[in-house]
Amino acid sequence: MLDANSILFAGAVGLLVIGIGGMVISDHLYRMLLALALAEAGANLMLVLAGFKWNAVAPIVTFSMAGTSGMVDPVPQAMVLTAIVIGVGVQALALTMIIRIRNAYGTLSMREIKHKMEQDFAAKADLPIETRNIPARNE
Amino acid sequence: MHRFTSFLFLGGFLFFLSVLAGILPLGDPPMLIGQVIQNQGATETGAANLVTAVVLGYRGIDTLGELAILFAAATAGGLVLSSGRRKSSVCSDDDAGFIVKTAAELLFPLLVVAGLYIVIHGHLTPGGGFQGGVILASAFFLPLLARPSAKMNHKVMSLVEGFSGAAFICIGLIGLFNHGAFLQPFLSKGVVGELFSAGTLPLLYIAVGLKVGAELAGLLAALNEEDDTEEGNEHA
Amino acid sequence: MIEWFLFVIVIIMLSAAIMAMLLDNLLAATVSASVVSLGLAMVFVFLKAPDVAMTEAAVGAGLSSLILALGLKRLGLWKLDNDEEDNS
Repeated sequence: MLDANSILFAGAVGLLVIGIGGMVISDHLYRMLLALALAEAGANLMLVLAGFKWNAVAPIVTFSMAGTSGMVDPVPQAMVLTAIVIGVGVQALALTMIIRIRNAYGTLSMREIKHKMEQDFAAKADLPIETRNIPARNE
Repeated sequence: MHRFTSFLFLGGFLFFLSVLAGILPLGDPPMLIGQVIQNQGATETGAANLVTAVVLGYRGIDTLGELAILFAAATAGGLVLSSGRRKSSVCSDDDAGFIVKTAAELLFPLLVVAGLYIVIHGHLTPGGGFQGGVILASAFFLPLLARPSAKMNHKVMSLVEGFSGAAFICIGLIGLFNHGAFLQPFLSKGVVGELFSAGTLPLLYIAVGLKVGAELAGLLAALNEEDDTEEGNEHA
Repeated sequence: MIEWFLFVIVIIMLSAAIMAMLLDNLLAATVSASVVSLGLAMVFVFLKAPDVAMTEAAVGAGLSSLILALGLKRLGLWKLDNDEEDNS
């Protein structure tokens, strides 16, 4: 069980589950952004792990490759290079949208924003506004 | 009820990933394409770093798509953030302390040299356009942290970014018109392991590095500016 | 021998990820997320992927944390623990 492959794969799966669980469960918008960053880290780790070979060297051509069983697969590493940079671009854009939402609604809690948005839609469409309180969270 | 279904979903997701762990051949992947690239990559493209050969040579179109995504994200971020009323030159932050100011002046040339080194040697050692571009972006953002009253010159940044993006596409078009395929590498391959080798791959990486650096520096400067809209004033 | 090293790094990464979801102070949660990126860069060095390790260290532990921290300042959620104790 204490095999290096199993440890790393368990780590990657754990990061993915914590990230996606954080996005589904949390109420604060900024924590959703942090959970997205964690899930991306876990997915990138799983991709690089899929190309790993024991007793192999890094994919750079030097002239001393004796005693090893070849090189690690370079194609997943090129894909992960792209994926990491795209991930940071997505996080930057999500952060700017969070800043605008806070400027527009004054709060960062999902339930309050949803309640205020429904009131806005009802007011614009001239429907009667339901005067109900924010429903309590079932803990 | 919401919590219960969330945990049910997470349990199922965990089970799915664990089953995947049992099936994947970890530690001994069936490298079909990878084996071919290992045998032929260095002599076919002239680059010693095989990941660079894959990113710019064999999968160059994906890199162009990634540059487009970064451009869309940085431009949209800059547009969304700067739509408030712009205060002319009132800045409420003083200069940072003595340590930050002196360290910023000392670190700026070192960061620029390190970033350019990593960009230019991308086809020989681990590195390349993206890593060096991030170091260049932080080099150009550091004086803004030290002196918050200095504004970044957004026009020069946009000019550098547009020019290097156009250079990338022009090199690809020259490959299309002369040699038959978009982004086909065409200059002489040279000897594997020297600085002037691997055809157009170092030129492409220099364009990528400058573009990424200028973009990210502009995005960081847009995030750093003072926000002058009050909270809740747009909500009726 | 190297398995113990990897085990310790994976434990650090997972516990930092859980703390990023549970801490109240959002600045501390951002720092925990960058600890995860740093541990990930070390794991990539073990997996014989130097390009990916350099990119993850520069982008994840450097630029992403900087962007998130600047966003926190702009959102007005930049609170150190000392300020709250002084005001009460």
